[in-house]
Amino acid sequence: MNKVMSNKVVIALYTLPALILILALIYGPILLTGYYGLMDWNGIGAMTFIGLDNYVELVQDSKFWESALHSFLLAIFSTLSLAIYLIISLILAGKIKGSNLLRKIYLIPMLLSSVAIAQLWIKIYDPNNGMLNSLLQTLGVENPPAWLADPNLVLYAIFVAILWQYAGFYIIIYYAALKGLPESLIEAAKIDGATPIQIAYKIKVPLIAGVIKVTIVLAIVGSLKYFDLIYVMTGGGPNGASEVIASYMYKKAFGIYDFGYGSAIAFFLLLITLVVTWLTRKLTASEDEIQY
Amino acid sequence: MKGTLAKGLLLLSLFALVFLAACGGSDGENASKDDENESGSGDKVIEFMHLWPEGSSKQHYDIVNGIIEEYESDNPGVKVKLEILGNEQYKEKLKVLSTSNELPDVGMTWAAGFLEPYVSGNMFASLDDLLDGPLKDKFVPGTAEAYALDGTTYGLPLELNITPLYYNKAIFEEHGLEAPTTFDELKEVVQTLVDQGVTPIALGNKDRWTGSMWYMYLADRIGGPEVLNKAIDRSGSFEDPALVEAAKEVQELVDMGAFLNGFNGLGNDEAKGYFINEQAAMYLMGSWDLPEWTTSEANPQEFKDSIDYMKFPVVEGGKGDENSFVGGPGVGLFVAENSDVKEEAKDFVAFFVEKWGEQSVEKAGVIPATKVDTEGSDLPQMYVDVLNDLNEASNITLYADVQMSAGVAEVHLDMIQALFGKAVTPEEFAKQQEEALAAEE
Repeated sequence: MNKVMSNKVVIALYTLPALILILALIYGPILLTGYYGLMDWNGIGAMTFIGLDNYVELVQDSKFWESALHSFLLAIFSTLSLAIYLIISLILAGKIKGSNLLRKIYLIPMLLSSVAIAQLWIKIYDPNNGMLNSLLQTLGVENPPAWLADPNLVLYAIFVAILWQYAGFYIIIYYAALKGLPESLIEAAKIDGATPIQIAYKIKVPLIAGVIKVTIVLAIVGSLKYFDLIYVMTGGGPNGASEVIASYMYKKAFGIYDFGYGSAIAFFLLLITLVVTWLTRKLTASEDEIQY
Repeated sequence: MKGTLAKGLLLLSLFALVFLAACGGSDGENASKDDENESGSGDKVIEFMHLWPEGSSKQHYDIVNGIIEEYESDNPGVKVKLEILGNEQYKEKLKVLSTSNELPDVGMTWAAGFLEPYVSGNMFASLDDLLDGPLKDKFVPGTAEAYALDGTTYGLPLELNITPLYYNKAIFEEHGLEAPTTFDELKEVVQTLVDQGVTPIALGNKDRWTGSMWYMYLADRIGGPEVLNKAIDRSGSFEDPALVEAAKEVQELVDMGAFLNGFNGLGNDEAKGYFINEQAAMYLMGSWDLPEWTTSEANPQEFKDSIDYMKFPVVEGGKGDENSFVGGPGVGLFVAENSDVKEEAKDFVAFFVEKWGEQSVEKAGVIPATKVDTEGSDLPQMYVDVLNDLNEASNITLYADVQMSAGVAEVHLDMIQALFGKAVTPEEFAKQQEEALAAEE
């Protein structure tokens, strides 16, 4: 078998199918997007080369920067919410009753499609008949806010839905990492008289630091290109108060058929994501691998 | 080394097998497509793409199939090959096909703004010869024109809609109200309802075109039917006092609490839900919703009986009369410019439009753009009323977002949401749209 693996022809044979697919379906379109970004093109007719005009327009487009700000807020929020997920996972991974059931409960949102989740939260947030406002009214709040119609609140209302949507995904990652820790270390700490909080904070969390870093990158990148829930729940409104980069790009490309400009936004988003990912890796880089 | 080679070969052949199997699949498909094309040897095949799948638009689907059957039996040697997609997928696919110049021979399009890129890309054939020939004087005036660019018509409409103001008679009676005929009366009705804790108007302005219809009517009633059209075709200005005044009236209604709480965050379907649940007294919507208030099995009879409509009230001292409607044609048929069966396709379109006009109201509740004779039909009363109103219409103003190019329409719709949400002043509302329109000249 080793012989097979060292044969260059076989190596090429193994990697080629996947490579071709990735090149054709991922990198090819990325290059094309970069190319379209230099064009004035409505998606149907002829293309005109306009150089960097789309990017010049982009830099001056206040609506774009507003949506970029929302995307970054979303990224910060998602990163912070990782702490909540981590705490929940620590509790679940401990020996508490019913953790099996709870784990499944947290996982269920992950099984729903984004559109279903969006519809669900639209119903919850309905200003007059919704669950949330009915609850607030029985608690004595007069004139509860119209969550998705209020430009000052809409973004946060959507954040909460996203927090709920991704709970299962991150909790399962943390949970698996925590379950993979060697029992002996925890026992040793117990014998030394460490409290559960000390064990969690000083032993478990540092030991899964690698996983945490990966989830931070996932959360940030995922937020920057976030689209579906927002598109269904508000369409970026009201008045652009919940517009993010991806929804703005969609609007430009498929809403008003400005594919050149839409592609420029997409390419810019790719650059932003690459830079942010690199920065995140850089800032969270650690010196050495953990060895048990 | 021999073993390695053997394994390598084995892998290669496996890979080839999978690959060939995949190719084989598409080969087979092509083959069967060819078969179909050649069935009946020498038949001409018209490819027809429409957007009424059996699942979601059963009645439309059945009418289409009936017409095609009739056409095929009348015209031996011509076959119609169907491809059916849902609305959004249809739009996507049409776009993709157009980039590779493979449009179906006959397909569906929307008016004005949607049509434009296809026409400028020389994808759609002129249908003027049909309008001067077999379909002369068949259309309600102003409908086929919406599919014309520079005097040439590229699409023939199948649907026509106007926008009545529906209201719930039961709620009106309960509060001692009558259908208003002037805008001041409408405001009184709104005030009474607000005072009694009833939501006067259901509006889902997340979708934005819903609010646009309110604005368009007010612009029409204040400034007359031409003022908005002129602003859009650039023979006038969006900063016309009447257009600013209409925006002020919209904000006054908002201030009064006329619209459903949280309207800017609610979609049209949700807003309609409020009207259907009798939680709101009025609802401004296209006549495509008529089945909801007449024939739909989903709504209780008691509710349907309590729904009536009024013409949008007139503004005293304004220039618009009550027989001027906001509305417009819906989908229409096009013939592809590069079709190899263009003559047959045109013939089919003419046949289709005529047959559709005879059947669509009674069978699917769709008002066709061709003239309808209401005598002797057993249509629900509301249909008869709307059809009669159409015959008396002094003007039909095409939906603003359809009239405008896609880019300006986006500005218009954003501004509508901002206007209703009081994020802009009426003056700024007009100015931004004027700038967007001027920039496109």
